Amino acid sequence: MNSDLRTPLARARGLGSAKQGVHHWWAQRLTAVALIPLVVWFAISLVMMSGADYEAVRAWIGAPLVMVLLILTIGVGLHHAQLGMQVVIEDYVHSDGWKLALIVLVRFIAVFCGLAAIVAILSIGFGG
Amino acid sequence: MSVANRPVHRPLSPHLQVYRWQLTMVLSILHRATGIALSVGALYLALWVICAASNPGTYAGFQSFNTSIVGRIFLGGWLFSGFFHLCNGIRHLFWDAGYGFDIKDTYRSGWIVVGVSAIATLVSWIVGLSLA
Repeated sequence: MNSDLRTPLARARGLGSAKQGVHHWWAQRLTAVALIPLVVWFAISLVMMSGADYEAVRAWIGAPLVMVLLILTIGVGLHHAQLGMQVVIEDYVHSDGWKLALIVLVRFIAVFCGLAAIVAILSIGFGG
Repeated sequence: MSVANRPVHRPLSPHLQVYRWQLTMVLSILHRATGIALSVGALYLALWVICAASNPGTYAGFQSFNTSIVGRIFLGGWLFSGFFHLCNGIRHLFWDAGYGFDIKDTYRSGWIVVGVSAIATLVSWIVGLSLA
């Protein structure tokens, strides 16, 4: 029995499944589910802190539980954003070179800003 | 060029302009648009904690943007984008699990998303302004 789902032409080309097609999809859903409580928490916190000054904001960010939740919100949020932007780029940018360059650029920006934000949060919490 | 490597020109589906505008397509487009907006919003969030970690002067500069007209519009758009993408994202997760595909259900869940995200944005804005 032939269990290969590819068309004869696809088989002749030899470009079959890379066995990781579902990884991106799954990561996007997993981060989406994680972001539901995080975003609700962050939105409520943000509204409650309207008008807070520099010292009040730092005191809030530096609390241990807030640090953890904030790092998660920014880290998971940027990962989710980068996965989504990749799909948008793949949909609309048809030149292979530009597509690759933009996806790499988005990843670099996400990692850089995420790390900068995490260091900032930790420095507020631990540095005083 | 061998047959195997020749590019395949498959027919494309009819493009946007042949469709009548309807709720489901508007929400689908908005989901992507708000997703892109929120990617920028996530960088803004990172900038916020970075400014808070620097000095009072830098943070004051950041705050003065927030309280400006452009900043208010930006924050309002950010808030709505967040609530909309959150609500519609939950709608997407239900679809992923295999629920809510009937035409009637997609419209009902669509209007719920519109209503909840509009109310959440409005309530947050009013509460935020009253506290500020």
